[in-house]
Amino acid sequence: MTKTDAFISIQNVSKFFGTFRAIDDISMDIGRGEFFSLLGPSGCGKTTLLRMLAGFESTTAGEIFIDNQPTSDVPPHHRPVNMVFQNYAIFPHLNVRDNITYGLRKQKLSRSKRYEMAEEMLEMIKLPDYGTRKATELSGGQRQRIALARALILRPKVLLLDEPLGALDKQLREQMQLELRALQRQIGITFVFVTHDQEEALTLSDRIAVMSGGKVLQVDTPTGLYETPKTSVVARFIGNMNFFDGTVRRNGAAAAAIETEGLGTIQVPVADLDKPDGAAVQVALRPEKIALSATRPDAAEHAVSARLDTSAYLGERSHFYVNLEGRDEPVAVSQPNTSRFNAANQAPSGTEVWLSWSSDAIVVLDPE
Amino acid sequence: MRGQGKPMEGTYIKRRNRPLQVYAVLFLIVLYVPVLFIPLFSFNDSLYVRFPMQGMTLKWYHELWLREPLWNAMWNSVRVGAAVSVISTILGMVAARAITRYRMPGRSALVTFIMMPLVIPGIIFGVALLVLMSRMGVPLSLYTVGLGHLIVCMPFAVATLLPRFEGFDPSMEEASADLGENGWWTFWRVTFPMVFPGVVASLLLSFTISFDEFIMAFFLTGTDPTLPMYIWGQLRFPKEFPSVLALSALILLVSFVLVFIAQWVGRKGLENEN
Ligand SMILES: Nc1ncnc2c1ncn2[C@@H]1O[C@H](COP(=O)(O)OP(=O)(O)OP(=O)(O)O)[C@@H](O)[C@H]1O
Ligand SMILES: [Mg+2]
Repeated sequence: MTKTDAFISIQNVSKFFGTFRAIDDISMDIGRGEFFSLLGPSGCGKTTLLRMLAGFESTTAGEIFIDNQPTSDVPPHHRPVNMVFQNYAIFPHLNVRDNITYGLRKQKLSRSKRYEMAEEMLEMIKLPDYGTRKATELSGGQRQRIALARALILRPKVLLLDEPLGALDKQLREQMQLELRALQRQIGITFVFVTHDQEEALTLSDRIAVMSGGKVLQVDTPTGLYETPKTSVVARFIGNMNFFDGTVRRNGAAAAAIETEGLGTIQVPVADLDKPDGAAVQVALRPEKIALSATRPDAAEHAVSARLDTSAYLGERSHFYVNLEGRDEPVAVSQPNTSRFNAANQAPSGTEVWLSWSSDAIVVLDPE
Repeated sequence: MRGQGKPMEGTYIKRRNRPLQVYAVLFLIVLYVPVLFIPLFSFNDSLYVRFPMQGMTLKWYHELWLREPLWNAMWNSVRVGAAVSVISTILGMVAARAITRYRMPGRSALVTFIMMPLVIPGIIFGVALLVLMSRMGVPLSLYTVGLGHLIVCMPFAVATLLPRFEGFDPSMEEASADLGENGWWTFWRVTFPMVFPGVVASLLLSFTISFDEFIMAFFLTGTDPTLPMYIWGQLRFPKEFPSVLALSALILLVSFVLVFIAQWVGRKGLENEN
């Protein structure tokens, strides 16, 4: 096993529950001070990975290094990480202040010092004067903050958060997202954040690991994941995506094209395409990267005509489904309503429209 | 699982059921009236238990004061009861924790095994232990009585503690470990306080059971009698009978109070949680 510069280094880690493979040979590095998210559908192993970082589950194979130290033999109470549990796990028999100062026992501080530190934390999480409240008398959002304060008072090197906002309503969740992000910037601790909400992951993270079935599919920045997904599973999981089956056509070394079902033949720069002639590929195109117009736009690099199927007006933007010649599945198009009277919103089904997009909007992927 | 919810008028389940009420009242009468005769006659100014009563007196209670052997027996019972309640509660906590925390094969078999003394007649356990002790050459003493009582009390301790351990979220203990406490401190700072009402209930219940226990004590007592053994011994002397009644009345009272406290504390804790 090699040491790396990364703050947390996960190297070939697997986890079996009996014969069930919950984590399947994951390797990745998390940098110091990074806001790192684990994103994936339910049951993909996010919690299991987080619990291995915290030390509650052993690794079946591989090794996790934290700050260049192997962690296999380090029990949870000696790890420089703290966790905010999915259900917060606030101690019901202690008041808020005693919950927050729970981990300070070993530091042998005076009572007044501990109270002072608790007061500081309460100030930070915007719950001053809550110290003597009973833990059972708190709302969900308040519990979440107490759980955060209880972990942060110990100045951990890493904070693990297991869907900490999952139980909150939308408005509170968005507010807490902003606060979490600001807090993380302010104190500079590495956050490993579990969520199955892609929007949340995109909003908060420096980098995101997309997981599925115990594997990590791609680790990238939010823009990297969204704009250059490496597989169609990732492309499908983050945001909406139109997929077109296609075949590579190479004419010598200089030019290449992809023959697609529905979009016609698209010229692509040879440098971007490492597939041989005749290879089957998928062309992916995001709905908002397609422009919709009544007539063929003059300047467009690529354009095809289509027929409007259904449309949905969402206020700030409208979603359209259009049908293409030679393709059964409708294509999703999303347009911002930049003017108050967008004719397309009123157009009846069957109206002819033009779709156009630029060359750099498409992503070429391996077929599933 | 709590006894009575709020009365809800008109729902099918809560509708009054006359035969059931009559049955319940009869049941309680049959169960408790004989017991009520004991305190009643302990105030009777006569050697004989028969109506009409001869008048009120406290002299039987006064007589109790003057009996040295009785107080020795009482002290024996208290010591055995205290030791048994503490040990059975500790063992009960270990068992309840193991049963609720570890995924282990044969879990339900283990529970059945622990609960077995509830259904096996005490006389069989008593005889078996007596044979075992004499085989091993262990002299009968308060220790052997305590051992017998331990077997009797364990199921009650486990049954009292199990719901407490089942009702508490394992992530509490993980949170404590995560915040830097080892297993020992986690137990004292999180587990114990959270199961505390169950512990109190188990202590009181075990003590009461041990204090009143007769069959095991009958087989396993050496030269120092426990209180029930002493009472049994006194029954041979008719003139001692009213004092025995007075003593029984006192024991009844204390037992009732202890069991009530145990129930109340146990339920109180469970309610607080929710
Ligand atoms: N202790 C366990 N024993 C057996 N299987 C387990 C155990 N813990 C988790 N699993 C299995 O491992 C898989 C991954 O579980 P995990 O809790 O990590 O999922 P998750 O990604 O956190 O899902 P969610 O978003 O629903 O919380 C699941 O299929 C689950 O059934
Ligand atoms: Mg989970």
